[in-house]
Amino acid sequence: MSELYTLVEGGQYLIENFDEFLTLLREHIILVLVSELAAITVAVPLGVIAVRYNRLKSSILSVGNVAQTIPTLAVIALAFPIFGLGFNSAVIALFVYALLPILTNTIAGLEQVDENTIEAAEGMGMTKWEVLRKIQLPMALPVIFAGIRTSVVITVGTAYLAFFIGGGGLGVWVISGINLFNTPQILAGAIPGALLAITLDSVFAFIEHQIGGEGHHDQSIATG
Amino acid sequence: MIKFDNVTKIYADSTVAIRDISFEVAEGTTTVLVGPSGCGKTTTMKLVNRLEDPTEGAVYYDGTNTQEIGVTELRRDIGYVIQEIGLFNHMTVGENVATVPKLKGWDDGQIDDRVDKLLELMALSPEEYRDQYPRELSGGQRQRVGVARALAADPDVLLMDEPFGALDPITRADLQDEFLEIQAEINTTILFVTHSIDEALKMGDKIVIFDVGELVQYDTPRNILENPNSEFVRDFVGEDITLKKLSLINVDEIMRPTNVIEDTTDQDSKTAVTNGGEVMHHLAPGDSLKSALSTFVESDIQSLPVVEDEETIGVIDRDEIYEIYNGG
Repeated sequence: MSELYTLVEGGQYLIENFDEFLTLLREHIILVLVSELAAITVAVPLGVIAVRYNRLKSSILSVGNVAQTIPTLAVIALAFPIFGLGFNSAVIALFVYALLPILTNTIAGLEQVDENTIEAAEGMGMTKWEVLRKIQLPMALPVIFAGIRTSVVITVGTAYLAFFIGGGGLGVWVISGINLFNTPQILAGAIPGALLAITLDSVFAFIEHQIGGEGHHDQSIATG
Repeated sequence: MIKFDNVTKIYADSTVAIRDISFEVAEGTTTVLVGPSGCGKTTTMKLVNRLEDPTEGAVYYDGTNTQEIGVTELRRDIGYVIQEIGLFNHMTVGENVATVPKLKGWDDGQIDDRVDKLLELMALSPEEYRDQYPRELSGGQRQRVGVARALAADPDVLLMDEPFGALDPITRADLQDEFLEIQAEINTTILFVTHSIDEALKMGDKIVIFDVGELVQYDTPRNILENPNSEFVRDFVGEDITLKKLSLINVDEIMRPTNVIEDTTDQDSKTAVTNGGEVMHHLAPGDSLKSALSTFVESDIQSLPVVEDEETIGVIDRDEIYEIYNGG
C-alpha cells in the first residue's frame, strides 16, 4: 500500500511543480535530440567509409567500441574538464555514447545488401556514388534506423547524468531526490523519463516498420 | 559488334581466368558462351562491360577498344542480366525497369511509355505489375523483370549470365521460347552465358565452348554437333547427338511446299491426315524435327502435312528425317 501512496505523492509533486517539470522535460528532450542528430550525422558517414574502405573498418569500429565501454558517468566526468560545465558539455558526452549503435548498424545494414544487387547496379552503369545513394543506403535504411532507435532509447536514460555537469534535464529531480531522500521527487523525475523512452521507442518502431514495410522483409525469398 | 582479340585475364591472386581468347560476335546475333563451371565464361562476359579489365589483349565494342570508352557510358549502353537477377527490392517493378533510362536522363513521359512497353513485351501487364515490389513476384516473373530492365534503354548489346539458371525446367523452357521470339523482334546483339549445352544449342546462333580458361571451339550449333573438334567437345555435347541435331532443324527447312507436290503424294498425305474432315496429326512450320519425329512415332504415318493458319503449306516424309538421322 505504501508504494502506491509514494506513487501518488510523486504525482502530486509533479503537479505542484508542473512548470519546472516542463522546463526539465524540455531540456531533457533537447539534450537527446541534439546529441542524437550529431551522432547520426557523424556515425552514418563513418559507417559508409568503414564499408567502402575495408582497412579502416576495424579502427573505426574500435573507436566506437571504446566510446561505448567507458562508463557513462566517466564520459560525463571526462567531458567536464575539457568542455566545462553546462549544456554543450553534456551534449558532447551523450553524443559520444550514442555513436556506437548507429555506427554498427550502418555497417551491418550496408554489408547485408546482396552482392548481386550491387553488381547488377554497377553493371547497369551506376557510379559508386549512385550505387551508394540509390541502392545501398535505401536498402540498409531499416537496419540503420533500428540502430538510431536503440541509440535514442539509451540516450534518454543516459541524459539523466547530464545533471552532474549542469546540463539540466529530468536528472535534476532524480539526483536531488536521491540526495534528499525525497522519493516522490525521484519518481516524478524517473517515471516521465521511462515513459519518454517507451514512447520514442514505439514511435521509432512504427517509422521503422513503415520504411521497412516495402520490399525489405523476405530478402532470402526475393534473391532466391 | 564485339571482338575479343587475344584476350588474357589473370586475377590479382595470379589465377588465370582465360588465356588468349579471340572471337567475334556479329551484330544482331546471339553468341552463347558455354562450358563447365570455373571455365572463364562469366569472366569473358564481364570483360565486355568492363566489370573486369583484360590483363593482355583487347576487347572491342563496335570497333572501339573498351579501354577507351568510359566505364559508365559503356555500361549504360549494354544491357546486363545476371543469374540472381539482382532486382532492387526497395523499388517497384516499374522503377527497376526505369533504372537505366533514368540514369541516361530520359524525360518522365518517355520513361513511363518505355516501361509499359517492355512489361508488355515480357508478358507482364503494366497495370498489374508496374507498382508491385519484386518480392511479390514469382521466380519466373522476377526474371522477366530482369530482362525488361536490361532492355530498357534499348541497348545495342545484351549480356545475359545464366539468366534462366535459377528457374524450374518448365518455366525455363517457356522463358527460352519467349525470349527467342523477343530476340527475333528486337534483333539485339546478345552474349549469353550458360553451363547447359542444351540451352546453348537452343539459344545460340554461334556457340563458344570453353574448357578451363581456353576457347576450344567456336562454331554454329550444327557444326559443333556434326564436327566436334576435340574429345572435350564430344564429351561436353554428350549423348543423343542426333536428337540434339534434329531439335536444331525446323520443319519448314526440309518440308516440300505444297504447291510443288505431285498429285500422288498429295493424295497420300491427305488420306493420312484427314479423318472426317478433321486434321488428326500435323506439324507447324516452326516445330523442330525432334518433335516431328515424335509425332511420326506417335501417329505411325509415312508423311505428315505442315499446317499454318489452318492451311496445309507443305509435307514432310518420315524417311527424310531418318536420312538426316543416319547422315549424322
